[in-house]
Amino acid sequence: MIFAADSAFWQAFTQQTIDGLAFGALIALVALGYTMVYGIVELINFAHGDLFMLGCFLSLTILAAFGLGGLGFDATVKDPSPVYVAVILLTCLLVAMPFCGALNFAVDWVVYKPLRTAPKLAPLVSAIGVSFIFMNVGLFWGGAQDVNFPNLIPDTNLMSEGSGIRFTYKDAMVFGVTVPLMIGLTLFVQYSRLGKAMRATAQNPTAAKLMGIDTNKVIGLTFAIGGALAGAGAVVYALKVNTISYTMGFQNGLYAFTAAVLGGIGRIPGAVLGGLIIGLVRYYGSAYVGETWAGALIFGILILILVFRPTGLLGSTTREKV
Amino acid sequence: MPFRVTLPFVLLVLFVAAGVAGLALSDNAQAKGKPDVIKIVSSLPRSGSARGQTDSIVQGLKLALHEVNHQITLGDRTYKLEYLDLDDATAAAGNWTIEQEIANANQARTDPDVMVYVGTYNSGAAKVSMPILNKANILMISPANTAPALTKPNTGDKHEPQCYRPTGRVNFCRVVPADDVQGAVAAQWANELGAKQVYILDDNEVYGKGIADLFHKTCKEKFGITVLGQESIDSKQQEFKPLLQKVKDAKPDLVYFGGTTQTKAGQIFKDMISVGLTCPMMGPDGTFETAMIESAGKESFEKAPFYATFGGLPIEELKDGRGPTFIKNFTALYGKPPTEAYAAYGYECGLVALDALKRAGRKDRDAVRLAGLATKDYVGTIGRWSFDANGDTDSKVMSGNTVKDGKFVFDRKLELTTDSARNPP
Repeated sequence: MIFAADSAFWQAFTQQTIDGLAFGALIALVALGYTMVYGIVELINFAHGDLFMLGCFLSLTILAAFGLGGLGFDATVKDPSPVYVAVILLTCLLVAMPFCGALNFAVDWVVYKPLRTAPKLAPLVSAIGVSFIFMNVGLFWGGAQDVNFPNLIPDTNLMSEGSGIRFTYKDAMVFGVTVPLMIGLTLFVQYSRLGKAMRATAQNPTAAKLMGIDTNKVIGLTFAIGGALAGAGAVVYALKVNTISYTMGFQNGLYAFTAAVLGGIGRIPGAVLGGLIIGLVRYYGSAYVGETWAGALIFGILILILVFRPTGLLGSTTREKV
Repeated sequence: MPFRVTLPFVLLVLFVAAGVAGLALSDNAQAKGKPDVIKIVSSLPRSGSARGQTDSIVQGLKLALHEVNHQITLGDRTYKLEYLDLDDATAAAGNWTIEQEIANANQARTDPDVMVYVGTYNSGAAKVSMPILNKANILMISPANTAPALTKPNTGDKHEPQCYRPTGRVNFCRVVPADDVQGAVAAQWANELGAKQVYILDDNEVYGKGIADLFHKTCKEKFGITVLGQESIDSKQQEFKPLLQKVKDAKPDLVYFGGTTQTKAGQIFKDMISVGLTCPMMGPDGTFETAMIESAGKESFEKAPFYATFGGLPIEELKDGRGPTFIKNFTALYGKPPTEAYAAYGYECGLVALDALKRAGRKDRDAVRLAGLATKDYVGTIGRWSFDANGDTDSKVMSGNTVKDGKFVFDRKLELTTDSARNPP
């Protein structure tokens, strides 16, 4: 009897762990954008969460255009074949990533670049302004209500029925997209020429400029890469959660920002670690403490960690960032 | 250092003086009002996700005024009826806000032509504006507030509802049955559906939590249904999978959500299905709107049944009283029949307001208030009903609705029987 209760407990625990990690991986993807931008220009880009939201609406618009339904259009393609769905989703990814990247790049060019030498508060307040602009674009695009995102990835369980654990195609997709992107980004920053330039700019912009690095270009590209990750995150998030709304950028942006701070803002592995921790705390908190406390728990842990490790979990003593 | 009168300073003084004078003048103009105008205002969340339902309410209300040509004759004077459609939500919040509701109530209070205040949509908002309007003696008719504590003693905090009536007079009435009826009716329906154990979720708001608590109480005390747990959600969250996973592990026969579409009923339904829980979900009238189907996605309703109770009958079941006339006139004015059930309540509010004005016989807030509350045996869109001493309608007819083919369809008429405790089915 005790054993039975125990196995039920572990089953539920494992389930919450899987789901929490999947949610955390999504948050991590958005957190990377915060942390990269902070690492290089020490700006908390509050508009990042809303950029992510616009990526979601763009994907939904693409789906509607290809007859899969959304934004008030009925699905015209009945029972689409998996190949068709896969092609469209790949299109979503290939359109949303450059779109969000270009948008972030443009925002940097128009709003933040002229303020590069201004006091730190000026770009920060501008970021909040950009966030509001994006939110209103989202309101205009999708309306005030929660918008349903077609359930294109089946909830079919990949595990055997007897195991009592659900690991669905959706979870597989989340890990399948986020993990390679994170690995790719780490390798890129570590080994590519541009990555090296990014790290150099983060360490010392003046010295980097003296070494012949076009720092403005490097910063712009950092914004573009961060934006592209948000675009990828948007497609995956929308497919997993199936609801998007113009206000979603705020809550998810807050989680992602917290993840970045938790892991040590400016550190790429820190953002990933922070995202996963937040995902797990959100899920365990809801399951074992109470749904209403989940949010408080996340920020409670953030405060605790910042008290004992002000630089975040992976915050190092060197000034290496990005 | 001597004080020097500079030109900018003079300009500033003049500017401020002009502003003060202007304010005083406009205040005067407002205090007098226009002698031949009677204003009816409504305060509803016009931006944000309740837009669909409040559009219907406003359309119904406008129809009632349109039918009398925006004119009313009281005694030997004919007044022009003006209608102000105030918003108590902001686009940024996506929901009603305290500041906005206070501003609306104050606007009505300071404008002497305002005789009737139709509102609010959210019970929380009513708590804010009720005391303000009570002091101003304005008749307040709500098309949608269902929190029992707004009117009924011993249903909420011990100071309720007296704290909403600082003058001691009653000025608030509602044309919808309150949640104590709805929560009990929902439990009765859950029992009829054969549920033995239920899990209850709520959105932690006045309306949602109130109705969920009543559902909880009735399930336990009246029908002996096991309540596996009750938990509040934070409606700012975007998804609730961990919670629904926990609910699934408790193995309920039915999940009840006390909340609205705006507080994520659609997402809860979706997450319920996505964790593989396919028992029915039931919600109150705040989920009985097309937005619920849109936000949860039509295909979700094929995987699990969804039930919504509603404090009245849906449009197509309006066969008594002025129901058929309402549908005919609505279609004639707007070119299509009403879609949201709340349209009938908006219309009913307009009718009650006009009737109160007529019986009051003069443009006087107190007379209108008394006449409104004295509404008796009134034949409206939902049949014959009266207001009781608290300002509550005595109508107890409710409907149970479900979703079929992406549309809400009427499932059954639910009538609260006081003796249902004694003979459970």
